Order: sequence, then C-alpha cells, then structure tokens
Amino acid sequence: MAELSVDLVSRDRKVWSGAATQVSAPSADGQIGILANHTPLLAVLRPGTIKVETTSGPAVEAQVTGGFVSVDNNLVTLVVDEISLV
Amino acid sequence: MAGGAQRVYKARIKSTQSLKKIFRARELIAASRIGKARAAAAAAAPYAQAITRAVSAVASHTDVDHPLTREEGGNRAAVLVVSSDAGMAGSYPMAIVREAEKLVGQLTAEGKEVVLYVAGRRAIAYYTFRGREIAKSWSYGSEKPTPEAAQDIAETLLEVFLADEPDGGVSEMHVVSTLFVNMVTQRARVVRMLPLEVVEGVSEADEHEALPLYDFEPSPEAVLDELLPRYVQQRIYAMLLDAAASELAARQRAMHTATDNAEDLIRTYTRLANQARQADITQEISEIVSGADALAS
Repeated sequence: MAELSVDLVSRDRKVWSGAATQVSAPSADGQIGILANHTPLLAVLRPGTIKVETTSGPAVEAQVTGGFVSVDNNLVTLVVDEISLV
Repeated sequence: MAGGAQRVYKARIKSTQSLKKIFRARELIAASRIGKARAAAAAAAPYAQAITRAVSAVASHTDVDHPLTREEGGNRAAVLVVSSDAGMAGSYPMAIVREAEKLVGQLTAEGKEVVLYVAGRRAIAYYTFRGREIAKSWSYGSEKPTPEAAQDIAETLLEVFLADEPDGGVSEMHVVSTLFVNMVTQRARVVRMLPLEVVEGVSEADEHEALPLYDFEPSPEAVLDELLPRYVQQRIYAMLLDAAASELAARQRAMHTATDNAEDLIRTYTRLANQARQADITQEISEIVSGADALAS
C-alpha cells in the first residue's frame, strides 16, 4: 500500500516529517482523515488535534490553534500556527 | 612639570584599551548570534515554501478576487520601516532610514499621503527626533525576531489595509528592510507588500506539469481568506529574520573596524607616551648636568 509523506511545519520550524499511513486533522467542516491516494485537497484547519499514524513508531499527536492542510500526490503538508505536541 | 604629558597619554591608552575590549566583545557576540539568526531563517523556510505553494495552488484555480489583492487606487500609503533596536552597527540603521526617506519622497511626489510604521528603536528615535508622526512602532528585539512579533505587525498592517481610506485605512503598503545577501553585502530594499500580486504558479516546481485539481474545504474563498493573511505574515517574518541577520553582520563588521581603530590609537598613544618620557628624561639630565656645572664653577 502506498504511504503518505507528511510534513508538519509551524511558522518557525519544521516540527515533524516522515512517512505515515493515516493523518487526521481538524478541518473547518469537521475532523478529516487522510489515507494514501487521497484526492488533492486544500483545507482550513480550526483549533483541534492533529494525529499522524506513522509507519514506524508511535503516532504523533499535537494540539494546533489553526492553519491549513494540503494533500497532493500522497504528499501531506500540515501548516500550523501554534503547535504543542502531546 | 615632567610627567604631565605622560600621565595624559597613559590615561588615554587605558580608556582606549577598555573601549577596545568592549568592541571586541560586541564583535564576538554578533558573530556568534549571526549563525543563530541564519539558522532561524533556514528553519522558517519549509513554512514559507508550503504557504507559497498553497497560495499559488488557489490562485491558479480560482479567480482571485480578494480584498488583499485588489488595487484600490487610493492616495494613502503605509510604509513599514524595519530597522534595528541597538546601534553599534555602522551604517546599518541609517541606510534603512535613507532608503525609507527616498520612498516617502517618491510617494509624496505621486500625491500620496504616507503613514509611517516603524520597527526598531533606531528608526523610532530618528523619526521622533524629527517630529514626524509615527502611526505605530514596535521594538521587538530586532536581533531575534519572533513569529509573534511578525504576527503583531502583520495584523496591524492588514487591519489598516482593509479599512476604508476615510477611516484611516491605506490602499497600499510598502516595506523597507534589509536583504541579507551574504556576510559582507546587505542591501536596503523596498518591497510593495500590499495589495498582493499573486502571480499564477508562483515558484512552482517544474517537474509538476500542472497543479492538481484541488478540493477546497470549506470553499476556495474561505481558504484564501485564511491563506493570504498568513502569507503576508510569513513574508514579514522572513523580512524580520533577514533584517536580523543583516544587522548582526553589519554590527560584526563595524565592531571589527572599531577594534582595529582602537589598536591603531593605542599604538599612536604609546609612541607619544614614550616620546614624552624620553623628553622628560632628557630634560632632567640636562637640568642635573647644568646644576652640577653651576656648582663646579
């Protein structure tokens, strides 16, 4: 199965980057789940929890205050304002 | 009598030596911070890339008609001057102010009313001393700008830009800051920040023939509403970081020159002190000799 390549960036640094099987993010219309081969998407995030199921190691979970997520060709970019890892 | 000149020179050597120590310390501090400043700029790059890509994705899909990209054609313009908080950076603060004054003159000549926004204590001091009106000023620690400082500046400017002109709004916004080219070259430059010019396919990688057809959530307009202010904020943050690196590089260079000058001065004063000492000795000898001669005769 194809994997997602995830970049989690905040304003002043790259927070996390790596391969994942699933990403869950709080979009404006509700929590969305992103799996491999997701259609290209550009969504606004509201405050909530981001969860990245990594292919290796534990899931990455973080609280964010807002931002946006873009999905394109299995490349997921989560751009967030303020972030605190859980 | 003897010793007066010597004492004066010794005092000068001593004070120049302590100045030299200060200059040297500031040079070393600037040198060590410059690495951090550039690392911060590099760390912010992924965010900049992601946001630019997203903006161009939206721009190439939708008819961008957003308040932030609309040319209003009014006659009030905001100018943000990004300067430094501390001095001792050679010509750095003045170069910025000169460039800003040039821009202000140009805008005034076009019949526009200029509203000044100033960041950094040096530029604030320059304008307050001349009795110029500053709409808002920040001194945020120019050596180490934070995203929060950039956010504060961006929010203020966006608010002013979005307001109508009769209510104190502006219809364009320029930023005067310093571009860090390399350790020896930093250039003051003017960028027109608003209204945004969204060029379709901005900095798009060539290997992607076309941008994919995106789904926008909740809607292209809403996404744009969120994206563009962040884009402006990111641009301002990048400029602050660039200015910080430039300031530190300018300071390092200025302090290096100052240290060299202090060394030169110390050398000169040491020579003069030696000369004075020799003159004193010669004078004393001739006094003793002539005194002895007087007794002998």
